[in-house]
Amino acid sequence: MLCIEFNRPTRRQLVTALNPHRPFIHAHHPTRGNAPMLQTAPPNADLAGRESEFDVELRKVFKVFNGETAVRGVEFGIRRGEFFSILGPSGCGKTTTLRLIGGFEMPSAGEVLIRGQSMTQVPAYRRPVNTVFQSYALFDHMNVRENIGFGLRLKKLGKAEIQSSVDEVLELVKLEPLATRFPKQLSGGQRQRVALARALVNRPAVLLLDEPLGALDLKLRKQMQYELSSLHQNLGVTFVMVTHDQEEALSMSDRIAVMRDGRIEQIGTPQEIYDAPKTPFIADFIGDTNLFEGHVDQCDATSLIIHTNAGLELRVERPEVTEGGRLDRGSAVVVSVRPEKIDLHLYPAETTTNTFEGRLTHTMYLGTHIQFTIELLSGAVLTVRQPSNMAEHPAINTPVFVSWSPTHCLALAAR
Amino acid sequence: MTPPDLPNPSRPSPPESTAESAAEPADFLPDESIAMARSFKLNLSWQAIFSIVMFAFMYLPILVLTVYSLNESPYSANWEGFTLEWYERLLQDRRVFFALRNSLTVASCAVLISAVLGTLMAVGLARYRFPGKKLFLGISYLPLIVPDIAMAVATLVFLAAVGFPLSLGTIIAAHVVFCLAYIAIVVSTRLADLDQNLEEAALDLGATPVQAFLQVLLPQLTPGIISGCLLAFVLSMDDFLIASFTAGAGATTLPMEIFSRIRTGVRPDINALSVILISASALLASVAEYLRYKNEAKPQ
Repeated sequence: MLCIEFNRPTRRQLVTALNPHRPFIHAHHPTRGNAPMLQTAPPNADLAGRESEFDVELRKVFKVFNGETAVRGVEFGIRRGEFFSILGPSGCGKTTTLRLIGGFEMPSAGEVLIRGQSMTQVPAYRRPVNTVFQSYALFDHMNVRENIGFGLRLKKLGKAEIQSSVDEVLELVKLEPLATRFPKQLSGGQRQRVALARALVNRPAVLLLDEPLGALDLKLRKQMQYELSSLHQNLGVTFVMVTHDQEEALSMSDRIAVMRDGRIEQIGTPQEIYDAPKTPFIADFIGDTNLFEGHVDQCDATSLIIHTNAGLELRVERPEVTEGGRLDRGSAVVVSVRPEKIDLHLYPAETTTNTFEGRLTHTMYLGTHIQFTIELLSGAVLTVRQPSNMAEHPAINTPVFVSWSPTHCLALAAR
Repeated sequence: MTPPDLPNPSRPSPPESTAESAAEPADFLPDESIAMARSFKLNLSWQAIFSIVMFAFMYLPILVLTVYSLNESPYSANWEGFTLEWYERLLQDRRVFFALRNSLTVASCAVLISAVLGTLMAVGLARYRFPGKKLFLGISYLPLIVPDIAMAVATLVFLAAVGFPLSLGTIIAAHVVFCLAYIAIVVSTRLADLDQNLEEAALDLGATPVQAFLQVLLPQLTPGIISGCLLAFVLSMDDFLIASFTAGAGATTLPMEIFSRIRTGVRPDINALSVILISASALLASVAEYLRYKNEAKPQ
């Protein structure tokens, strides 16, 4: 079940809570641009002479496998140093998109650029990107240190240099005591760190993460989310992460691209995606929501009156312009109301706007919140979420009243 | 019939003689526990009995063979005393050594060629998509299913048709056909167990496809390649049918030599040779198993 934590600290708060004196950045950030590594790119975003502000750019990229189109004209630019997530349900083409950036797939049409240079004909081993695979793909016949040093050895760096670089990353991912172990002797979380270290030691321009936390249990996943996010903050490397976990994407990313059926549905900051979804699909996919299908009955400059198919009359603030153009009288719409934006009362509220009577059918205790399932008189079922410290909990089957402000719901053009 | 595995606490007391011999321990052990210990001895489960019968079924002939190879009497099945004479005689038999050398040559060459080709085939089939792949897959594993006799006849007819002279080399060629399939199938199994992204991870870290294969994939496939080679080696050493059809003059392999001798009656030196062959393959299998065990135990 989808669940958003509302009292979670913001990313910025997380970062300031971290020890700001991470040895990796302070010791090495200034020298990173001079390091004689092939895949190294200068860390300063303001470097002159760069054609593109984007680290990764996809231009109308298509990918067809055996007549099936996995990616349909995807287009986006990922800014330097950004934590960019590609989010979507399974089979939406998100992993293929990542593999197109990594060079494991070549686009059927369109162009992939990294740091302003076309990568369309460049094989994976010559691209300045490194990947953390979902399965980690560690080399079982090498120990942790050899695994991490693999990329540097291929670049024919000196032994001492490899040694110091590997030591540095080992410290960064806190794996020093396990340096001589073999992958099979490590736990899932430790393997994950090795995979991360093995990629980061090459100082890639872009780090690609394919469902990096998918194989970890919940607690470890939370911890690694935090660590990944602080690593990103400290290293300043562009991260591109593929995930199907909307909570993970919301909590870690600077921007999110939501994909569906090989297309990008929306690109925006986590807040934009959550608060202002552009399509009913996104409203439904990101977080929990209540959706009402209906059509616009009346409209004026500031608000819309919408009749839902279930017979409710909703007043919604008029959106500026939606995906499907301006909403007018008669337009088919879907109204989205987040469960936490709905107020629950035991008595009728003063206003009649968006106020409905119903019956409480189910209560779920979620720790910080309580989730109520309410069946309205019209038959529609509504999910409402209230802080768990709310004064009085209504009993099951009691008549209740729900209401929400017209500014707290969203009318989206139905397709 | 009373099942022998049922413990029987209410058993009548044992006969006098055993009761006397058990008198001493009875001083410090209660009678009951002795009775229980006895019934426990007889307490063989039917699974254990079945296993013993099956093992006897499989290995009794080998045991008998071993005993005969140490029997002084060259003809009769009666035991006439212990001797190592047949082993001594065997060691002086130049024809046997010649045949053994041929067999080892054939097996080594066939396995070496098949190891390279079989590994490449397994990797190629796993990695690449090409038209007709399914058909290729089916045909390449056909030698595992086609009866040896059909393969042998087909090879002979073909070689005769193209007028290719038979030699040791033709045996090797014929053996490559089935060794290749065995090695490819064992390597494919190992390959399927590996992380699918392994090669991509190597490419991602800057390895060229050749480096990725040599430095990452090949080391991980080695256990599979070795066990495939051992299997193919044993099969090649063992093969009589195909070798006898495709052998040229003087290219006698060990199974052919044994067969030709056995036609004139089983002689004890052949028993001795068989025992040596069994021991050698048992040793080989143990070494392979030990290596595998060590390899698996290492990470823990």
